[in-house]
Amino acid sequence: MKRIIEFTKRNIRRTPYQAIAASMVMFLTFFALLTFILLAAGSQKTLVYFESRPQVIVFFKDGVDNQDIAALDEALKKDPRVSATKYVSKEDALKKYQEDNKDEPFLLELVSASILPASLEISTKTPEDLAPISEVLSKEPAVEQVFIPKDVIERLTSITRIIRIVGGTTVAFLMVFATLVILMIIGFKIRLKRGEIEIMRLIGASPAFIRNPFILEGLFYGVVGALLAWVVSYGLLWYFTPYLKDYFKEVKLLPVDPIFMSGLLGVILLAACFVGALGSYGAVRRYLKI
Amino acid sequence: MIVFENVSKKFDSMLALDDISLEIKQGEFVFIVGPSGAGKSTLLRILTHELLPSAGKAMINNKDITKLKEGEIPSLRRKIGFVFQDFKLLDDRTVFENVALTLEVLGKGDEEIKKMVEHTLKLVEIWDKRNLFPRQLSGGEAQRTAIARAVVGKPDILLADEPTGDLDPKTAWGVIQLLNEINSWGTTIVMATHNREIVNTLKKRVVILRKGKKISDSKEGKYEEDN
Repeated sequence: MKRIIEFTKRNIRRTPYQAIAASMVMFLTFFALLTFILLAAGSQKTLVYFESRPQVIVFFKDGVDNQDIAALDEALKKDPRVSATKYVSKEDALKKYQEDNKDEPFLLELVSASILPASLEISTKTPEDLAPISEVLSKEPAVEQVFIPKDVIERLTSITRIIRIVGGTTVAFLMVFATLVILMIIGFKIRLKRGEIEIMRLIGASPAFIRNPFILEGLFYGVVGALLAWVVSYGLLWYFTPYLKDYFKEVKLLPVDPIFMSGLLGVILLAACFVGALGSYGAVRRYLKI
Repeated sequence: MIVFENVSKKFDSMLALDDISLEIKQGEFVFIVGPSGAGKSTLLRILTHELLPSAGKAMINNKDITKLKEGEIPSLRRKIGFVFQDFKLLDDRTVFENVALTLEVLGKGDEEIKKMVEHTLKLVEIWDKRNLFPRQLSGGEAQRTAIARAVVGKPDILLADEPTGDLDPKTAWGVIQLLNEINSWGTTIVMATHNREIVNTLKKRVVILRKGKKISDSKEGKYEEDN
Protein backbone atom coordinates (compact mmCIF):
# COMPACT_ATOMS: atom_id res chain seq x y z
CA MET A 1 0.00 0.00 0.00
CA LYS A 2 2.86 2.33 0.89
CA ARG A 3 4.32 1.85 -2.59
CA ILE A 4 0.94 2.46 -4.22
CA ILE A 5 0.58 5.72 -2.30
CA GLU A 6 4.09 6.71 -3.41
CA PHE A 7 3.20 6.02 -7.04
CA THR A 8 0.00 8.06 -6.65
CA LYS A 9 1.93 10.98 -5.16
CA ARG A 10 4.43 10.81 -7.99
CA ASN A 11 1.65 10.75 -10.60
CA ILE A 12 0.07 13.85 -9.06
CA ARG A 13 3.35 15.71 -8.58
CA ARG A 14 4.49 15.18 -12.14
CA THR A 15 1.34 16.64 -13.74
CA PRO A 16 0.51 19.54 -11.40
CA TYR A 17 -1.72 21.47 -13.81
CA GLN A 18 -3.98 18.49 -14.41
CA ALA A 19 -4.11 17.91 -10.68
CA ILE A 20 -5.14 21.55 -10.08
CA ALA A 21 -7.74 21.44 -12.88
CA ALA A 22 -9.27 18.22 -11.56
CA SER A 23 -9.34 19.50 -7.99
CA MET A 24 -10.92 22.80 -9.09
CA VAL A 25 -13.70 21.03 -10.98
CA MET A 26 -14.35 18.91 -7.91
CA PHE A 27 -14.24 22.04 -5.75
CA LEU A 28 -16.87 23.78 -7.91
CA THR A 29 -19.09 20.72 -7.87
CA PHE A 30 -18.95 20.34 -4.13
CA PHE A 31 -19.20 24.05 -3.48
CA ALA A 32 -22.45 24.07 -5.47
CA LEU A 33 -23.58 20.96 -3.63
CA LEU A 34 -22.86 22.54 -0.25
CA THR A 35 -24.54 25.81 -1.24
CA PHE A 36 -27.73 23.99 -2.21
CA ILE A 37 -27.64 21.78 0.85
CA LEU A 38 -27.22 24.81 3.11
CA LEU A 39 -29.98 26.70 1.30
CA ALA A 40 -32.29 23.70 1.46
CA ALA A 41 -31.47 23.11 5.14
CA GLY A 42 -32.02 26.81 5.95
CA SER A 43 -35.36 27.01 4.17
CA GLN A 44 -36.43 23.70 5.69
CA LYS A 45 -35.56 24.94 9.16
CA THR A 46 -37.47 28.17 8.54
CA LEU A 47 -40.44 26.20 7.30
CA VAL A 48 -40.35 23.90 10.33
CA TYR A 49 -40.12 26.96 12.54
CA PHE A 50 -43.30 28.41 11.09
CA GLU A 51 -45.04 25.05 10.88
CA SER A 52 -44.23 24.24 14.48
CA ARG A 53 -45.82 27.49 15.55
CA PRO A 54 -49.26 27.37 13.98
CA GLN A 55 -50.52 30.74 15.06
CA VAL A 56 -53.43 33.04 14.53
CA ILE A 57 -52.82 36.60 15.62
CA VAL A 58 -55.91 38.57 16.46
CA PHE A 59 -55.63 42.35 16.60
CA PHE A 60 -58.29 44.04 18.71
CA LYS A 61 -60.11 47.25 17.94
CA ASP A 62 -59.16 50.30 19.95
CA GLY A 63 -61.15 50.69 23.16
CA VAL A 64 -62.13 47.06 23.51
CA ASP A 65 -62.78 46.13 27.11
CA ASN A 66 -60.18 43.91 28.79
CA GLN A 67 -63.02 41.73 30.07
CA ASP A 68 -64.15 40.99 26.52
CA ILE A 69 -60.61 40.00 25.63
CA ALA A 70 -60.33 37.82 28.74
CA ALA A 71 -63.65 36.15 27.90
CA LEU A 72 -62.50 35.42 24.39
CA ASP A 73 -59.18 34.12 25.76
CA GLU A 74 -61.02 31.79 28.17
CA ALA A 75 -63.27 30.49 25.43
CA LEU A 76 -60.29 29.78 23.19
CA LYS A 77 -58.41 27.95 25.94
CA LYS A 78 -61.34 25.56 26.23
CA ASP A 79 -61.24 24.81 22.50
CA PRO A 80 -59.49 21.41 22.03
CA ARG A 81 -57.84 22.65 18.85
CA VAL A 82 -56.00 25.41 20.71
CA SER A 83 -52.71 24.57 22.40
CA ALA A 84 -51.89 27.98 23.91
CA THR A 85 -52.82 31.64 23.89
CA LYS A 86 -50.80 34.69 24.74
CA TYR A 87 -52.16 38.17 25.30
CA VAL A 88 -49.99 41.03 24.05
CA SER A 89 -51.14 44.37 25.48
CA LYS A 90 -50.54 47.72 23.80
CA GLU A 91 -47.60 48.25 26.20
CA ASP A 92 -46.13 44.81 25.41
CA ALA A 93 -46.51 45.55 21.71
CA LEU A 94 -44.63 48.84 22.18
CA LYS A 95 -41.82 47.08 24.07
CA LYS A 96 -41.47 44.53 21.28
CA TYR A 97 -41.55 47.30 18.67
CA GLN A 98 -38.86 49.20 20.57
CA GLU A 99 -36.72 46.11 20.88
CA ASP A 100 -37.06 45.28 17.16
CA ASN A 101 -36.22 48.85 16.15
CA LYS A 102 -33.70 49.85 18.78
CA ASP A 103 -31.23 50.91 16.07
CA GLU A 104 -33.78 53.19 14.38
CA PRO A 105 -34.38 56.12 16.77
CA PHE A 106 -36.42 57.94 14.15
CA LEU A 107 -38.97 55.11 14.02
CA LEU A 108 -39.12 54.94 17.81
CA GLU A 109 -39.99 58.61 18.11
CA LEU A 110 -43.08 58.25 15.92
CA VAL A 111 -44.71 55.38 17.77
CA SER A 112 -46.46 55.26 21.13
CA ALA A 113 -48.44 52.51 22.86
CA SER A 114 -51.74 54.14 21.93
CA ILE A 115 -51.35 53.56 18.19
CA LEU A 116 -50.37 49.91 18.54
CA PRO A 117 -53.19 47.42 18.80
CA ALA A 118 -53.50 44.87 21.60
CA SER A 119 -53.42 41.34 20.28
CA LEU A 120 -53.92 37.71 21.16
CA GLU A 121 -51.51 35.06 19.78
CA ILE A 122 -53.33 31.75 19.49
CA SER A 123 -51.31 28.61 18.84
CA THR A 124 -53.17 25.65 17.41
CA LYS A 125 -52.18 22.02 17.64
CA THR A 126 -51.97 21.58 13.87
CA PRO A 127 -51.67 24.00 10.95
CA GLU A 128 -55.00 22.66 9.63
CA ASP A 129 -56.80 24.22 12.61
CA LEU A 130 -55.65 27.71 11.70
CA ALA A 131 -58.27 28.42 9.04
CA PRO A 132 -61.44 27.41 10.99
CA ILE A 133 -60.26 29.22 14.14
CA SER A 134 -59.45 32.38 12.22
CA GLU A 135 -62.86 32.25 10.52
CA VAL A 136 -64.63 32.11 13.88
CA LEU A 137 -62.46 34.88 15.31
CA SER A 138 -62.96 37.20 12.36
CA LYS A 139 -66.69 37.28 13.21
CA GLU A 140 -66.01 38.52 16.78
CA PRO A 141 -67.09 42.18 17.16
CA ALA A 142 -63.97 43.08 19.21
CA VAL A 143 -61.65 41.86 16.50
CA GLU A 144 -60.16 44.34 14.06
CA GLN A 145 -58.04 41.95 12.00
CA VAL A 146 -57.04 38.27 11.98
CA PHE A 147 -53.62 37.34 10.68
CA ILE A 148 -52.54 33.80 9.91
CA PRO A 149 -49.03 33.04 8.57
CA LYS A 150 -50.51 30.55 6.07
CA ASP A 151 -49.22 32.52 3.09
CA VAL A 152 -45.74 32.60 4.56
CA ILE A 153 -45.77 28.82 4.96
CA GLU A 154 -47.10 28.31 1.46
CA ARG A 155 -44.45 30.57 0.02
CA LEU A 156 -41.72 28.93 2.07
CA THR A 157 -42.91 25.47 1.07
CA SER A 158 -42.78 26.44 -2.56
CA ILE A 159 -39.33 28.07 -2.18
CA THR A 160 -38.02 24.97 -0.41
CA ARG A 161 -39.43 22.78 -3.16
CA ILE A 162 -37.82 24.93 -5.86
CA ILE A 163 -34.46 24.89 -4.06
CA ARG A 164 -34.64 21.11 -3.79
CA ILE A 165 -35.56 20.60 -7.44
CA VAL A 166 -33.14 23.17 -8.90
CA GLY A 167 -30.39 22.22 -6.44
CA GLY A 168 -30.89 18.50 -6.93
CA THR A 169 -30.84 18.81 -10.71
CA THR A 170 -27.81 21.11 -10.73
CA VAL A 171 -25.90 18.92 -8.29
CA ALA A 172 -26.79 15.73 -10.19
CA PHE A 173 -25.57 17.37 -13.40
CA LEU A 174 -22.37 18.59 -11.71
CA MET A 175 -21.75 15.14 -10.19
CA VAL A 176 -21.99 13.53 -13.63
CA PHE A 177 -19.79 16.27 -15.07
CA ALA A 178 -17.18 15.84 -12.31
CA THR A 179 -17.19 12.07 -12.77
CA LEU A 180 -16.60 12.51 -16.50
CA VAL A 181 -13.81 15.04 -15.87
CA ILE A 182 -12.06 12.59 -13.54
CA LEU A 183 -12.59 9.82 -16.09
CA MET A 184 -11.10 12.02 -18.81
CA ILE A 185 -8.08 13.14 -16.77
CA ILE A 186 -7.26 9.69 -15.44
CA GLY A 187 -7.86 8.24 -18.92
CA PHE A 188 -5.46 10.82 -20.37
CA LYS A 189 -2.86 9.92 -17.75
CA ILE A 190 -3.22 6.23 -18.50
CA ARG A 191 -2.60 6.91 -22.17
CA LEU A 192 0.33 9.15 -21.26
CA LYS A 193 1.85 6.39 -19.14
CA ARG A 194 1.31 3.57 -21.62
CA GLY A 195 5.06 2.93 -21.80
CA GLU A 196 5.43 2.81 -18.04
CA ILE A 197 2.42 0.52 -17.69
CA GLU A 198 3.83 -1.78 -20.36
CA ILE A 199 7.17 -1.98 -18.53
CA MET A 200 5.49 -2.56 -15.19
CA ARG A 201 3.48 -5.42 -16.67
CA LEU A 202 6.62 -6.99 -18.09
CA ILE A 203 8.53 -6.83 -14.82
CA GLY A 204 5.69 -8.61 -13.05
CA ALA A 205 3.54 -5.90 -11.48
CA SER A 206 0.12 -7.23 -10.55
CA PRO A 207 -2.93 -5.59 -12.18
CA ALA A 208 -3.88 -4.10 -8.79
CA PHE A 209 -0.41 -2.59 -8.38
CA ILE A 210 -0.77 -0.86 -11.75
CA ARG A 211 -4.44 0.06 -11.37
CA ASN A 212 -4.68 1.26 -7.77
CA PRO A 213 -2.54 4.44 -8.05
CA PHE A 214 -4.94 5.69 -10.74
CA ILE A 215 -7.98 4.93 -8.58
CA LEU A 216 -6.32 6.61 -5.59
CA GLU A 217 -5.52 9.63 -7.74
CA GLY A 218 -9.22 10.06 -8.63
CA LEU A 219 -10.12 9.71 -4.96
CA PHE A 220 -7.51 12.31 -4.06
CA TYR A 221 -8.95 14.90 -6.48
CA GLY A 222 -12.44 14.27 -5.13
CA VAL A 223 -11.43 14.56 -1.49
CA VAL A 224 -9.28 17.67 -2.03
CA GLY A 225 -12.07 19.40 -3.97
CA ALA A 226 -14.70 18.50 -1.37
CA LEU A 227 -12.52 19.51 1.56
CA LEU A 228 -11.71 22.84 -0.06
CA ALA A 229 -15.39 23.47 -0.83
CA TRP A 230 -16.32 22.74 2.79
CA VAL A 231 -13.63 25.04 4.17
CA VAL A 232 -14.62 27.88 1.81
CA SER A 233 -18.36 27.57 2.45
CA TYR A 234 -17.89 27.30 6.22
CA GLY A 235 -15.52 30.26 6.08
CA LEU A 236 -18.05 32.35 4.12
CA LEU A 237 -20.85 31.41 6.53
CA TRP A 238 -18.68 32.27 9.49
CA TYR A 239 -17.69 35.60 7.92
CA PHE A 240 -21.26 36.62 7.04
CA THR A 241 -22.93 35.32 10.21
CA PRO A 242 -22.80 38.70 12.09
CA TYR A 243 -24.45 40.44 9.12
CA LEU A 244 -27.10 37.80 8.44
CA LYS A 245 -28.00 36.86 12.00
CA ASP A 246 -30.20 39.94 12.55
CA TYR A 247 -31.90 39.43 9.21
CA PHE A 248 -33.34 36.06 10.27
CA LYS A 249 -34.25 37.30 13.77
CA GLU A 250 -36.24 34.69 15.68
CA VAL A 251 -35.61 31.88 13.17
CA LYS A 252 -32.32 30.64 14.63
CA LEU A 253 -30.46 29.77 11.44
CA LEU A 254 -27.14 31.33 12.32
CA PRO A 255 -24.54 30.63 13.51
CA VAL A 256 -24.70 27.24 11.81
CA ASP A 257 -24.44 24.31 14.18
CA PRO A 258 -20.86 22.92 14.05
CA ILE A 259 -22.23 19.38 14.48
CA PHE A 260 -24.38 19.89 11.40
CA MET A 261 -21.33 21.17 9.48
CA SER A 262 -19.24 18.20 10.65
CA GLY A 263 -21.95 15.83 9.47
CA LEU A 264 -22.04 17.69 6.18
CA LEU A 265 -18.28 17.27 5.84
CA GLY A 266 -18.68 13.52 6.29
CA VAL A 267 -21.45 13.39 3.69
CA ILE A 268 -19.56 15.35 1.03
CA LEU A 269 -16.35 13.41 1.66
CA LEU A 270 -18.30 10.22 1.03
CA ALA A 271 -19.82 11.74 -2.10
CA ALA A 272 -16.35 12.89 -3.20
CA CYS A 273 -14.89 9.41 -2.71
CA PHE A 274 -17.78 7.99 -4.71
CA VAL A 275 -17.36 10.45 -7.60
CA GLY A 276 -13.53 10.16 -7.60
CA ALA A 277 -13.54 6.39 -7.42
CA LEU A 278 -16.30 6.04 -10.01
CA GLY A 279 -14.52 8.36 -12.48
CA SER A 280 -11.12 6.76 -12.07
CA TYR A 281 -12.53 3.23 -12.04
CA GLY A 282 -14.37 4.04 -15.27
CA ALA A 283 -11.12 5.30 -16.79
CA VAL A 284 -9.21 2.22 -15.66
CA ARG A 285 -11.89 -0.08 -17.09
CA ARG A 286 -12.03 1.87 -20.32
CA TYR A 287 -8.38 2.63 -21.00
CA LEU A 288 -6.18 0.33 -18.90
CA LYS A 289 -5.82 -3.01 -20.60
CA ILE A 290 -3.58 -5.13 -18.40
CA MET B 1 14.11 -25.29 -17.84
CA ILE B 2 12.53 -23.82 -21.00
CA VAL B 3 10.76 -26.19 -23.35
CA PHE B 4 8.92 -25.44 -26.57
CA GLU B 5 6.92 -28.38 -27.88
CA ASN B 6 5.68 -28.00 -31.46
CA VAL B 7 4.89 -24.34 -30.93
CA SER B 8 3.22 -22.47 -33.77
CA LYS B 9 1.97 -18.91 -33.79
CA LYS B 10 -0.31 -17.47 -36.42
CA PHE B 11 -1.16 -13.79 -36.86
CA ASP B 12 -4.25 -13.89 -39.06
CA SER B 13 -3.01 -15.74 -42.12
CA MET B 14 0.70 -15.17 -41.41
CA LEU B 15 2.61 -17.97 -39.70
CA ALA B 16 5.17 -16.34 -37.37
CA LEU B 17 6.33 -19.58 -35.73
CA ASP B 18 5.98 -22.95 -37.39
CA ASP B 19 6.17 -26.09 -35.25
CA ILE B 20 9.13 -25.05 -33.10
CA SER B 21 10.50 -27.55 -30.59
CA LEU B 22 13.33 -26.45 -28.38
CA GLU B 23 14.78 -27.16 -24.97
CA ILE B 24 16.98 -24.75 -23.05
CA LYS B 25 18.67 -25.90 -19.87
CA GLN B 26 19.26 -23.82 -16.77
CA GLY B 27 22.36 -21.64 -17.03
CA GLU B 28 22.58 -21.85 -20.84
CA PHE B 29 23.34 -18.87 -23.08
CA VAL B 30 21.36 -19.28 -26.30
CA PHE B 31 21.34 -17.01 -29.34
CA ILE B 32 18.14 -17.01 -31.36
CA VAL B 33 19.21 -15.69 -34.74
CA GLY B 34 17.68 -15.05 -38.08
CA PRO B 35 16.67 -12.22 -40.39
CA SER B 36 13.88 -9.78 -39.58
CA GLY B 37 10.51 -11.51 -39.49
CA ALA B 38 12.06 -14.88 -38.66
CA GLY B 39 10.01 -15.16 -35.46
CA LYS B 40 12.72 -14.38 -32.87
CA SER B 41 10.74 -11.74 -30.97
CA THR B 42 7.56 -13.83 -31.16
CA LEU B 43 9.41 -16.69 -29.47
CA LEU B 44 10.55 -14.42 -26.64
CA ARG B 45 7.12 -12.84 -26.24
CA ILE B 46 5.55 -16.27 -25.80
CA LEU B 47 7.93 -16.84 -22.89
CA THR B 48 6.74 -13.66 -21.18
CA HIS B 49 3.10 -14.57 -21.86
CA GLU B 50 2.61 -11.46 -23.99
CA LEU B 51 1.57 -13.81 -26.77
CA LEU B 52 -0.01 -17.22 -26.63
CA PRO B 53 0.92 -19.89 -29.17
CA SER B 54 -1.74 -20.93 -31.65
CA ALA B 55 -0.62 -24.53 -31.15
CA GLY B 56 1.86 -26.44 -28.99
CA LYS B 57 3.15 -26.07 -25.45
CA ALA B 58 5.65 -23.64 -23.91
CA MET B 59 6.96 -24.68 -20.52
CA ILE B 60 9.16 -23.06 -17.89
CA ASN B 61 10.31 -25.25 -15.01
CA ASN B 62 7.89 -27.99 -16.12
CA LYS B 63 4.91 -25.64 -15.99
CA ASP B 64 2.89 -25.03 -19.14
CA ILE B 65 2.85 -21.25 -19.27
CA THR B 66 0.20 -21.19 -21.98
CA LYS B 67 -2.31 -22.43 -19.43
CA LEU B 68 -1.58 -19.86 -16.75
CA LYS B 69 -4.48 -18.01 -15.16
CA GLU B 70 -4.49 -14.19 -15.27
CA GLY B 71 -3.39 -13.96 -11.64
CA GLU B 72 -0.38 -16.23 -12.22
CA ILE B 73 1.17 -14.15 -15.01
CA PRO B 74 2.87 -11.53 -12.77
CA SER B 75 4.68 -14.23 -10.79
CA LEU B 76 5.92 -15.79 -14.05
CA ARG B 77 7.22 -12.44 -15.22
CA ARG B 78 9.03 -11.86 -11.94
CA LYS B 79 11.21 -14.86 -12.78
CA ILE B 80 12.13 -13.36 -16.13
CA GLY B 81 14.21 -10.27 -16.89
CA PHE B 82 13.67 -8.59 -20.26
CA VAL B 83 16.06 -6.34 -22.18
CA PHE B 84 14.83 -4.49 -25.26
CA GLN B 85 16.58 -3.01 -28.27
CA ASP B 86 15.12 0.44 -27.50
CA PHE B 87 15.89 0.12 -23.74
CA LYS B 88 12.32 1.08 -22.66
CA LEU B 89 13.53 3.20 -19.75
CA LEU B 90 11.17 5.60 -18.04
CA ASP B 91 12.19 9.10 -19.09
CA ASP B 92 10.92 10.81 -15.96
CA ARG B 93 12.92 8.61 -13.59
CA THR B 94 16.59 8.56 -12.84
CA VAL B 95 18.81 5.57 -13.49
CA PHE B 96 18.45 4.58 -9.83
CA GLU B 97 14.65 4.90 -9.93
CA ASN B 98 14.39 2.93 -13.17
CA VAL B 99 16.29 0.03 -11.64
CA ALA B 100 14.46 0.33 -8.32
CA LEU B 101 11.11 -0.07 -10.12
CA THR B 102 11.63 -3.83 -10.47
CA LEU B 103 12.19 -4.18 -6.75
CA GLU B 104 9.25 -1.90 -5.91
CA VAL B 105 7.03 -4.20 -7.95
CA LEU B 106 8.47 -7.17 -6.06
CA GLY B 107 7.45 -5.47 -2.82
CA LYS B 108 10.93 -5.00 -1.36
CA GLY B 109 11.56 -2.51 1.44
CA ASP B 110 13.36 0.81 0.94
CA GLU B 111 16.61 -0.26 2.59
CA GLU B 112 16.79 -3.50 0.65
CA ILE B 113 16.04 -1.65 -2.59
CA LYS B 114 18.84 0.83 -1.89
CA LYS B 115 21.36 -1.94 -1.26
CA MET B 116 20.35 -4.12 -4.20
CA VAL B 117 20.23 -1.24 -6.68
CA GLU B 118 23.61 0.03 -5.54
CA HIS B 119 25.10 -3.44 -5.86
CA THR B 120 23.65 -3.95 -9.36
CA LEU B 121 24.57 -0.50 -10.67
CA LYS B 122 28.12 -1.05 -9.49
CA LEU B 123 28.19 -4.41 -11.25
CA VAL B 124 27.09 -2.89 -14.55
CA GLU B 125 29.47 0.03 -13.91
CA ILE B 126 27.03 2.92 -13.99
CA TRP B 127 26.83 3.71 -10.27
CA ASP B 128 28.22 7.19 -10.99
CA LYS B 129 25.29 7.81 -13.39
CA ARG B 130 22.61 6.88 -10.84
CA ASN B 131 21.13 10.38 -10.59
CA LEU B 132 20.99 11.00 -14.33
CA PHE B 133 17.84 10.72 -16.44
CA PRO B 134 17.75 8.44 -19.52
CA ARG B 135 18.06 11.38 -21.93
CA GLN B 136 21.40 12.24 -20.32
CA LEU B 137 22.85 8.76 -20.98
CA SER B 138 24.75 7.33 -23.95
CA GLY B 139 23.28 4.28 -25.72
CA GLY B 140 25.61 1.92 -23.88
CA GLU B 141 24.78 3.46 -20.50
CA ALA B 142 21.07 3.28 -21.25
CA GLN B 143 21.35 -0.40 -22.18
CA ARG B 144 23.37 -1.09 -19.04
CA THR B 145 20.59 0.56 -17.04
CA ALA B 146 18.03 -1.63 -18.80
CA ILE B 147 20.14 -4.72 -18.04
CA ALA B 148 20.47 -3.64 -14.41
CA ARG B 149 16.69 -3.26 -14.22
CA ALA B 150 16.26 -6.72 -15.73
CA VAL B 151 18.67 -8.50 -13.39
CA VAL B 152 18.29 -6.59 -10.12
CA GLY B 153 15.44 -8.89 -9.05
CA LYS B 154 17.70 -11.92 -9.63
CA PRO B 155 15.56 -13.57 -12.31
CA ASP B 156 16.14 -17.17 -13.38
CA ILE B 157 15.95 -16.21 -17.05
CA LEU B 158 17.08 -13.12 -18.93
CA LEU B 159 15.52 -12.50 -22.33
CA ALA B 160 17.24 -9.97 -24.56
CA ASP B 161 15.60 -8.85 -27.79
CA GLU B 162 18.25 -7.30 -30.06
CA PRO B 163 19.95 -5.59 -27.08
CA THR B 164 22.81 -4.36 -29.26
CA GLY B 165 20.68 -3.29 -32.21
CA ASP B 166 20.95 0.43 -31.48
CA LEU B 167 24.58 0.42 -30.29
CA ASP B 168 27.92 0.98 -31.99
CA PRO B 169 30.17 -2.13 -32.19
CA LYS B 170 32.39 -1.19 -29.26
CA THR B 171 29.48 -0.43 -26.93
CA ALA B 172 27.62 -3.50 -28.19
CA TRP B 173 30.58 -5.65 -27.27
CA GLY B 174 30.61 -4.18 -23.76
CA VAL B 175 26.94 -5.07 -23.35
CA ILE B 176 27.57 -8.63 -24.57
CA GLN B 177 30.41 -9.05 -22.10
CA LEU B 178 28.08 -7.91 -19.37
CA LEU B 179 25.45 -10.44 -20.44
CA ASN B 180 28.11 -13.13 -20.53
CA GLU B 181 29.11 -12.25 -16.98
CA ILE B 182 25.46 -12.40 -15.84
CA ASN B 183 25.27 -15.84 -17.48
CA SER B 184 28.31 -16.91 -15.48
CA TRP B 185 26.29 -16.31 -12.27
CA GLY B 186 23.90 -19.06 -13.42
CA THR B 187 21.23 -16.94 -15.13
CA THR B 188 19.81 -18.51 -18.28
CA ILE B 189 20.11 -16.07 -21.17
CA VAL B 190 18.09 -16.19 -24.37
CA MET B 191 19.14 -13.47 -26.76
CA ALA B 192 17.53 -12.67 -30.09
CA THR B 193 19.93 -11.01 -32.51
CA HIS B 194 21.08 -10.84 -36.09
CA ASN B 195 24.55 -9.58 -35.21
CA ARG B 196 26.80 -12.22 -36.78
CA GLU B 197 30.02 -10.91 -35.29
CA ILE B 198 28.80 -11.22 -31.73
CA VAL B 199 27.27 -14.67 -32.26
CA ASN B 200 30.35 -16.04 -33.98
CA THR B 201 32.81 -14.58 -31.48
CA LEU B 202 31.02 -15.75 -28.36
CA LYS B 203 30.70 -19.38 -29.47
CA LYS B 204 27.51 -20.18 -27.59
CA ARG B 205 24.51 -22.27 -28.59
CA VAL B 206 22.83 -20.87 -31.70
CA VAL B 207 19.27 -21.54 -32.82
CA ILE B 208 18.58 -20.27 -36.31
CA LEU B 209 15.08 -19.36 -37.38
CA ARG B 210 13.85 -18.45 -40.81
CA LYS B 211 10.25 -17.63 -41.74
CA GLY B 212 9.13 -19.07 -38.41
CA LYS B 213 10.88 -22.41 -38.84
CA LYS B 214 13.85 -23.72 -36.89
CA ILE B 215 16.63 -24.20 -39.44
CA SER B 216 19.34 -25.38 -37.09
CA ASP B 217 20.26 -25.69 -33.43
CA SER B 218 23.93 -26.18 -32.60
CA LYS B 219 26.22 -25.84 -29.62
CA GLU B 220 28.98 -23.32 -30.19
CA GLY B 221 27.22 -22.67 -33.45
CA LYS B 222 27.90 -20.12 -36.12
CA TYR B 223 25.66 -17.69 -37.89
CA GLU B 224 26.89 -17.79 -41.46
CA GLU B 225 26.02 -15.55 -44.41
CA ASP B 226 23.81 -18.19 -46.06
CA ASN B 227 21.78 -18.66 -42.86
